[in-house]
Amino acid sequence: MRHRIPFALCAALLPGTVLAANLNVSIEVPRIDVAEYHRPYVAIWLEREDKSVAANLSVWYQQKKAAPAAAPAAMGGAPAAAPNPAGGVKWLPDLRQWWRRSGRELQLPVDGVSGATRAPGEHVLSFNTDKGGPLANLPAGQYKLVVESAREEGGRELIDIPFQWPVKQAQQLKAKGERELGAIVLDVKP
Amino acid sequence: MKIFLKTMVFAAICLPLTATAHKQWLAPSKTVLNVGQWVTFDAGVSTDPFVRDNNAARVENLVITAPDGSVVLPENSATGKLRATFDLQLQQPGTYKVSIVNSSIAASWDDNGQTKRWPARGTTFTAEGFAKEVPANAKDLKVTQSIGRIETFVTAGKPNTTALKPTGKGLELVQVSGFNDLYSGEPATFQFLLDGKPAAGVEVEAIADGTRYRNAINEIELKTDKDGRFTINWAQPGLYYLSATVSDDKAEKPATLRRSSYTTTFEVLSP
Repeated sequence: MRHRIPFALCAALLPGTVLAANLNVSIEVPRIDVAEYHRPYVAIWLEREDKSVAANLSVWYQQKKAAPAAAPAAMGGAPAAAPNPAGGVKWLPDLRQWWRRSGRELQLPVDGVSGATRAPGEHVLSFNTDKGGPLANLPAGQYKLVVESAREEGGRELIDIPFQWPVKQAQQLKAKGERELGAIVLDVKP
Repeated sequence: MKIFLKTMVFAAICLPLTATAHKQWLAPSKTVLNVGQWVTFDAGVSTDPFVRDNNAARVENLVITAPDGSVVLPENSATGKLRATFDLQLQQPGTYKVSIVNSSIAASWDDNGQTKRWPARGTTFTAEGFAKEVPANAKDLKVTQSIGRIETFVTAGKPNTTALKPTGKGLELVQVSGFNDLYSGEPATFQFLLDGKPAAGVEVEAIADGTRYRNAINEIELKTDKDGRFTINWAQPGLYYLSATVSDDKAEKPATLRRSSYTTTFEVLSP
């Protein structure tokens, strides 16, 4: 927060500077062949060397369910399925590291960070240094991209990729999960 | 309850004692949660912590302190044969303290070679009863005050410390590492206070859950330093029982010996 003003000033004073540095993150949600599959909760963030969170990039969890249309009165059986106004926030602590490092301090949903769970397949996310973006105030240094996944009736996995920010030359870094995460590809561009 | 009293009396007679025959424990279903979630607690007394095979713990003296410092009530309380249970909905963000504080005074003496005890099991101490039932000139009279604090902590969202303020009475634990921020492979430090002051040289015992499924208790034995602090290494994630007892002469009259014990349950997560 504190860096925002000087940075904005710099940008204003140097209108010719091209601030195009960006991060592209590709995350593979693996297809898992089980009888009861639920899409995983996934958190993606940038970690400083002291493990504090430099930027929250994305968190995918079950979003609110609408209230059922005119639920019939219960007839002595099980109560009708209740609307779920909070969505799946109840299970966010299962993303244990993310919860500890920042999730528990956030007021969810967070604009541009919170999103619905995603289907198996490859998902590409792009982040840049534009004002208001997650990298806008990122000081130069050593960071880790961290991806954590937790799945109902399934497991949990955490993958990290260390990288230097910013870079002079484009760099591609890769990691691969064993079960709950597939290929993770990080493209860092100057 | 009978066993609990028996344990206390037994402990009072056999001081100093590093481990009593039965352990009282308070086990939360989870400790790291989000606001609005429910958590359930079991309280029991058994030889091995968390093994529901002996008696329910007494929970009459249960006090739940919410993150804003107010006292909240449990729901769905019930006492079974092997454990007492109650539920709590975490309606506020922050850390809750769940405490059972028992305080009692018991006397024992030698009556022509026979050990006599008062008050009888299941009855409570009164000054009048003591004056009437315990001979003033009883041989080997020992009057012991026991203050037992059994606690655990659960957090919704971001932890806070309002509920954790020590009361300044008896043995209490203070967090240096967060009570609900514990991970295997990361050493955690805590501090024991006795009457609000750092308690040096206190022997601390910690036992990981699951003793039933291994051949040794594998207790971790530690001692507090001059500042009352100790550091523990969690070898594996899971629930941990942690307990300490100290004896001194700062008892309430007519007791001459005071036994202060503290027991807590921690949940250690996998990083």
